[in-house]
Amino acid sequence: MPKLVIIILILLSPLGFASLAQSQNVGLGTPISQAQLSDFDLIAGPDGEGFPEGSGTAFQGKEVYDQKCQACHGANGEGTTANTQLVGGDMQSIESPVRTVGSYWPHASTIFDFIRRAMPADSPKSLSNIEVYQVTAYVLYMNGIIDQNKILDRQSLIDIKMPNKDGFVDMSQQQ
Amino acid sequence: MKKTDLEKAAGNGLINRRHLLQLGLAGLGSGVASSVLAAENNLKIEIPGWSKQPGPGASAYGVRSGHTEFMQRSAGAPNPLYPGGGASRSPLQHLQGTITPNSLHFERHHAGIPDIDPAGHQLVINGLVKQPLVFSYEDLLKYPMVSRIYFLECSGNSRALLGPNPPDGTAQSIHGLVSCAEWTGIPLSTLLEEAGVEDEARWLAAVGADAASMGRSIPLNKAHDDVLIALFQNGEPVRPEQGHPMRLFVPGWEGNVSVKWLTQLKLTREPVQFRDETSKYTDTLPDRSSEQFTFPMGCKSLITSPSGQMSLNRQGVYQINGMAWSGGGSISRVEVSADGGRSWADAAIESNQSEKALARFSIPWQWSGGDAILQSRATDSLGNVQPTREAILADRGRLSFYHNHCIQSWAVNGNGEVRNTYA
Repeated sequence: MPKLVIIILILLSPLGFASLAQSQNVGLGTPISQAQLSDFDLIAGPDGEGFPEGSGTAFQGKEVYDQKCQACHGANGEGTTANTQLVGGDMQSIESPVRTVGSYWPHASTIFDFIRRAMPADSPKSLSNIEVYQVTAYVLYMNGIIDQNKILDRQSLIDIKMPNKDGFVDMSQQQ
Repeated sequence: MKKTDLEKAAGNGLINRRHLLQLGLAGLGSGVASSVLAAENNLKIEIPGWSKQPGPGASAYGVRSGHTEFMQRSAGAPNPLYPGGGASRSPLQHLQGTITPNSLHFERHHAGIPDIDPAGHQLVINGLVKQPLVFSYEDLLKYPMVSRIYFLECSGNSRALLGPNPPDGTAQSIHGLVSCAEWTGIPLSTLLEEAGVEDEARWLAAVGADAASMGRSIPLNKAHDDVLIALFQNGEPVRPEQGHPMRLFVPGWEGNVSVKWLTQLKLTREPVQFRDETSKYTDTLPDRSSEQFTFPMGCKSLITSPSGQMSLNRQGVYQINGMAWSGGGSISRVEVSADGGRSWADAAIESNQSEKALARFSIPWQWSGGDAILQSRATDSLGNVQPTREAILADRGRLSFYHNHCIQSWAVNGNGEVRNTYA
């Protein structure tokens, strides 16, 4: 009975949620090394963390793009719907702006990260890391952000300043 | 009770909510006078056929009555450009109480529903932790769990109301990307503590095991607060379309951050800037700047009965009924108007609601056959008041379409037809 009272007191306390969690140290997680996660962890961020070895150019990327991307994204990135348009748009246009990779996306790292994890939509994760670098370069090239022979690798990719880089306001701590 | 006894609470027929109990037996579709009518028409009440033969016995897995099968989620047509992508909406106008049945909980997928064998599923915690860890489903089932009732709402819900013309929709088609369930799982803080978060970590990246490996970044202060690794939904293992065998559950925040089929949590200094927190789920303002990481869902309510495309088939007393919720806390007040916002009356709120969960409200209303515009307006425990559509558009402009929590207006005409309107 006293044990039950203690449990009820824990649950009723203002910190009940935390107390309950901290009161039991189950500890069933299995230690793992970052090396064991090298094929699993696909996160590639704007600080360059998580980018794999390798590089590619837009010139090389055109072949992959034409085979695997252009059916949905159009021969020149013009898209087949608003959601698949990669090129064009102007955030300062008088009409409602078309938001594409070129006009809207604030970080080049997102292009690599998203293609590697989610594209092509019908067979995601089928491209090699080199092909992802190449296609990322081609998307940037179609948007006039790099030239077709620019070698894109971890460092040169995160050094790219996207046109709408300063267009976002982080609201995460203001709410 | 005579009609004249009903105390008016606001214009165009709203009746004091204290009369709810007396009117409770009547409900929508019958009036206070209906018992008198039944007695006068001399119809004999017969014993029905199903009372004269035994039915089937117990079964291993239940199904609903065939007479309720018209209650369906509505899903759009498949899009070949976007395999498995899309959403389905909860039939809010047919549901009652505050818990959404699992079969009718709304869905939003970015690359379809993966068919996951829990025995082969793993949850990894890595990045800025003292010890990266991997957990099996069996491991996680052994942890102490908590159960909490929370709503979940897609941040794109109700965006149709921001268009120039009012869509002729239903509560489901306009607002059906919100549902509510009891979620049972492990406080995320338990697992973060086990891995040991490094001092410089500020964000947590969550990634799903679907074909899109959908990811979102969450500030660490929220992750330490009330976030769950949810393994159960309304008492049963989380359904495949809700993230089986496990999902992140981030109470009160836009649904997309409650990452389904959760397989990785990575502690980072900065947000990852995933596609779904840059290109999508960001809000462009009139000055062409775009707000990012706009997480909490606003204070909101909705009359579900009467609602769009229903019709009132008689004059008399109806029970206006609806739902309210807020990402900021609990619902402290819901007001209802029957005259397009000129006058308001307090609705009754069921008292057993919890924080960041749906609340059910109701108020009696006398429809005398004239035009009416029915609205509801919620206030939450932080004092946030649900805004009008005009206020949202004035504040947010027309380039932003997430996080619309404006007041819904349903117009009732002289024929009793109920339609979505802008008022």
